[in-house]
Amino acid sequence: MRARGGEAVTGACFKGHAFADRENRVKVVMLACASVAILAILLIFLFIFRESLPSIRELGVKNLFFSTDWRPNVADPKAGHYGMLTFIWGTLLTTFGAMLISTPLGIGAAVFIDQVAPDSMARVVRRGIELLAGIPSVVIGWFGLILLVPAIARVTGTSGYGVAAASLVLVVMALPTITTLSAETLKSLPAELKEASVAMGATRWQTIYKVLLPSAREGLLIAVILGMGRAIGETMAVQMVIGNARAFAVSPFARTSTLTTRIVTDTGEASGIFRSALFAQALVLLLIAMVLIILIRVISRKREAA
Amino acid sequence: MPEEALENKMVIKDLSMYYTDFKAIEDVTFDVPARRITALIGPSGCGKSTLVRCLNRMNDLIEGVRVEGEVVLDSENVYQQGFDTIGLRRRVGMVFQRPNPFPKSIYENVAYGPKLVGIKDKEELDFIVEDSLKKAALWHEVKTILRESGQNLSGGQQQRLCIARVIAVQPEVILFDEPCSAIDPVATQLIEDLMAELKENFTMVIVTHNMQQAARVSDFTAFMLVQEQGQPGRLIEYGDTNTMFTNPSDERTERYITGRFG
Repeated sequence: MRARGGEAVTGACFKGHAFADRENRVKVVMLACASVAILAILLIFLFIFRESLPSIRELGVKNLFFSTDWRPNVADPKAGHYGMLTFIWGTLLTTFGAMLISTPLGIGAAVFIDQVAPDSMARVVRRGIELLAGIPSVVIGWFGLILLVPAIARVTGTSGYGVAAASLVLVVMALPTITTLSAETLKSLPAELKEASVAMGATRWQTIYKVLLPSAREGLLIAVILGMGRAIGETMAVQMVIGNARAFAVSPFARTSTLTTRIVTDTGEASGIFRSALFAQALVLLLIAMVLIILIRVISRKREAA
Repeated sequence: MPEEALENKMVIKDLSMYYTDFKAIEDVTFDVPARRITALIGPSGCGKSTLVRCLNRMNDLIEGVRVEGEVVLDSENVYQQGFDTIGLRRRVGMVFQRPNPFPKSIYENVAYGPKLVGIKDKEELDFIVEDSLKKAALWHEVKTILRESGQNLSGGQQQRLCIARVIAVQPEVILFDEPCSAIDPVATQLIEDLMAELKENFTMVIVTHNMQQAARVSDFTAFMLVQEQGQPGRLIEYGDTNTMFTNPSDERTERYITGRFG
């Protein structure tokens, strides 16, 4: 930062003082904007870490992160048990289920938009998917609650609440991200690749399957990871359909909780170490998000190298 | 050439092509003799690339393209209803302006076409890959690096890899769409030599804006021109390359090949 500032000042000397002044002022404003963002991230991280520290110290890593025993005591927080593994598992399971469906669906839709549909129809589908991204999660959760949950209940003979319902709701949430980014990636492929394949006598499907998708692999992976990030963090829609139980989910049709829904459910009455254990859950979410971001950095770097 | 009667591999008859409402080429008629090289020359924008892409129906990929007239391949019009375009493109291969190897290994690039038609046998594929690379005069440069990405090769090598990729499906005709415009003179020389060798087995059509190249490599030449902006490209003259370059019958051809416009 300092080095670049110095450069600008030397450069500005040639252009006169008034110009240099304005340039520097703009620079300071920009720097302030950037600093706010960085500061916010830093503060959130520090705050969450500080607030979760008591529970980590008190209970130990094993009892906090690797135990499924979650029996908070509202009146006397110290007497409760705060093992969050059930909810970590719930988050991973619902996200995995959502990805299982939304990945092929999203990439399929992207292929349709970019390669199959005539321009006019592609535009309609694209707008539709953008619209889907703009629907508030509570509305999607509500649909899940009144349509999905009863349907699952009827088919499976369970309550209908649980991982399956949550995953399906998350499919809707992750789909726009995956589709839009995948379509962008496919669109950015050089037209020559497709031409080369078609000119070899490949069918449209052979071209898509053997040339376009493999060439877009890294970009598609990033699209899926970003969709995953969306799914992991989603709270409201999931909370409405997952059943909010503390039980470790062994069946996709059993009620359980995710990290986010547990925080929302318990945060009102939590104090002391109970509250700190909720912050520890937030810390886990933050770490998962960081891992995903690092993953994306690694993949993009690999793509640039290729 | 006069010693043997020439058979025509392809015949283009009264061909016109439209991009939606815009007429890009009009009433083009000429022959593509078997096992000869036919050059399409003319200034930029005269429709020569558009025309060559009609021969393997690559223009079908563009929305709103319409074609009138006939492109006959071995007495069959490729634009007749229900004609198998996939089969057509296997018989009429194409090398593009910019080398466009797939982001796959050299081996997989060449094996791509054979695999499409269902050849799975490893030995057979190995043979095809080696044979095609040899025919494209690339084998000795790449035989030890077959597993490396085709995109790591130099531009000229990439273009020969693309030629090998086309040869691997044993087409009858190879179309070259300005194959040397993106590579250096030495690599260009290699490709021109290669084309002369391939003449034994393949019928070739080359689009080029380089008149010297047309004069060097081709047996027949078609000269196209857009008379005025907004008009379609038309065929001005077609004939034996030597005659055309030494004694053109049309004044516009003469002006073009002597470098007075275009």
